Amino acid sequence: MSDLGFTPDEVMTIAAARALKNDDVCFVGIGAPSAACNVARLTHAPDITLIYESGTIGTAPDVLPLSIGDGELCDTAVTTVSVPEMFRYWLQGGRVTIGFLGAAQLDKFGNINTTVIGDYETPKTRLPGGGGAPEIASSSGEIYITMKQTKRGMVDKIDFFTSFGHGTGGKDRENLGIKTKGPTLLITDLAIWKPDSETKEFTVVSMHPGVTREQVQETCGWPVKFADQVEVTPAPDETELKTLRDLQARTKAAHEGTGRGKNKFGSQRDG
Amino acid sequence: MATFQDLKTAVAENLHDGDVVAFEGFTHLIPHAAAHEAIRQGRKDLTLVRMTPDVIYDQMIGMGMAKKLVFSYAGNPGVGLLRRLRDAVENGWPNRPEVEEHSHAAMANAYEAGASGLPCAIFRGYLGAGLEQVNPNIKRVACPFTGEMLAAVPSVRPDVTFIHAQKADRKGNVLVEGIIGIQKEAVLAAKRAVVTVEEIVEDFDDVHPNACILPRWTVSAICEVPGGAHPSYAHGYYDRDNKSYLDWDKIAAERDSFQAWMQDNVLNAGPQDFAGRVEHLRSAK
Repeated sequence: MSDLGFTPDEVMTIAAARALKNDDVCFVGIGAPSAACNVARLTHAPDITLIYESGTIGTAPDVLPLSIGDGELCDTAVTTVSVPEMFRYWLQGGRVTIGFLGAAQLDKFGNINTTVIGDYETPKTRLPGGGGAPEIASSSGEIYITMKQTKRGMVDKIDFFTSFGHGTGGKDRENLGIKTKGPTLLITDLAIWKPDSETKEFTVVSMHPGVTREQVQETCGWPVKFADQVEVTPAPDETELKTLRDLQARTKAAHEGTGRGKNKFGSQRDG
Repeated sequence: MATFQDLKTAVAENLHDGDVVAFEGFTHLIPHAAAHEAIRQGRKDLTLVRMTPDVIYDQMIGMGMAKKLVFSYAGNPGVGLLRRLRDAVENGWPNRPEVEEHSHAAMANAYEAGASGLPCAIFRGYLGAGLEQVNPNIKRVACPFTGEMLAAVPSVRPDVTFIHAQKADRKGNVLVEGIIGIQKEAVLAAKRAVVTVEEIVEDFDDVHPNACILPRWTVSAICEVPGGAHPSYAHGYYDRDNKSYLDWDKIAAERDSFQAWMQDNVLNAGPQDFAGRVEHLRSAK
C-alpha cells in the first residue's frame, strides 16, 4: 500500500471498472478482468451483462469465481446456455459489446500471447493457450485489456499471436476482413492507454496518481508514446475501494475454505 | 442402449488402447472418477480430446497414457499452468505427446459437427491468430454465397466419450443440469458413451420439459458414482472443491510428489472413494 491509500493493483482494477457502461454486454476473462467487471456491476453499472464462456449470461456472482464455470455463476445468471451456443449465437452472432482480456505477453498494437514463450514446437514455457480469446478478440465490438506492467509482459514482439489486436498497426485489422474495432483500451497498474487513431499504437493518455513517465517506460519493453495531454487518473473513491476490497475478502474466504464460504456472507447481489 | 454397469466394467468394455477419447465437462461435472478408472486400467496410446484439459488430463498425461492431445485451453482454471502437461511438452516426460491445439470456438463447433454427422465445422474464427500457422487442421473455405473466407476444422468423432451427470432414470435416460458445457455434443459425436451419475432415480416426471436429457439410446453405459466429479462439482449436489485445485498445483509441481499422490489417491483407490471426498462439500439443506 502506498501513502496514497491504495495499491497499483487497486487503481488498475477500479480504472478498468470505470470504463464499463451499464448497457455493456461484456465477455469476461478470468482474473483481473473478472474483478474489474464485477466492481463495475457493484458500483456504477448494476445492469451490465456479464458473460463467462462456460455459458452463463447475465451473471452476478457474490464472490469472484476461481474458474469460468463456478456454480455461483450459473446460480446467479439470467440464463445458462451450452458452450457451442455461447460461441455461435452470442459471440459470433455479434451480441457482445466488450471482450475483456488479460495477457501473458502484449505488444504495442494490442496483440496478445497466452500460448507459448519461445518457439511453438519447442517452447521455453508452455502457457494454457487461447481458450475463447482468439474469437473474443475478433468478434466482440471492442476489446479492453488489463495487465500489470513488466518488461517480460509488455514486449516489442510477442512470441505467438494467440489473439489478434491491430497486427502491425494501421489498417491491418480491416485488411484481414475483421469488422470489429479490436483493442481500444489498455489499463495497467500504472497508466491508461489508447490506440493512436492512425497508427493504432497504444499511447499513454492517463497516468495513475503518483506515477512518473520513467516508471511507465522502465516497465515496458517498447519505447512508450505519450499523448500530448497526459491526464492523471482520478484516484479511487471510498465506495470503489470498499467494493473491491469487500469483494476480494469474500472471494479469499470462499476459495481458501471448501468453496462453501460464500454462503456465510450476505448477498450483495443486485438482482 | 444404456446398460447399468459398475465403472470398472464400463471402462473395460468401452475404452481401448489407441482410442480417441473425450472426457468432457466444462468446469462443472468433470468425470474424474471415470478418468481415474481409465488410469487404473492402464490404457495407453490414447488421443485425449477435451476443451479444457485441467487436472484429469494432467493426471493421464503424467501417467504416460497420451499419444496425442486435442484441446483449446490447457490450464488449471483460476490457478495456473498444468505442470505435468508442461513437463511432457517441454521435457518429454514421461513421453512427448503430439499436440493439436484449437480455440474454444473451434472445439465447440467441431463437437457440434461431430454430433451432426458432418465431416467438418465452419465458423468465423482464427482471424489473425497464430494457431492457423501451426495447426494443419485449421483451413479456410470460401462461403459459396458471399465469398467470405471462413475457418474450417475437422469434426470431433471420439471412439468413446465419458461425462458425469446428475441423474439417470431407471430406463437409462440421463439428466444434465446447470452449466451443461459441451457434454451433449460430446456424447452425440461419439461411437460409444459412458455416463457416471450422482444417483439413479425412478423417473424424470418432475423434471422441466426443457431440461437437457440424453435419451437412453444415445448412451452405452451408466454407472452410479456419487461424488464422481470431485474436485469438480455437481450442481445441486456438492460445491467445487477449490482448495483441491489449488493443492494440485503443488502436488503436480514435482514428478515424485505427483507419483506418490497418484499411487495413494488413484491406483490404490476406487470409484467408491469419491462419495467420501465430497461429504464436506454437500450443500446444507
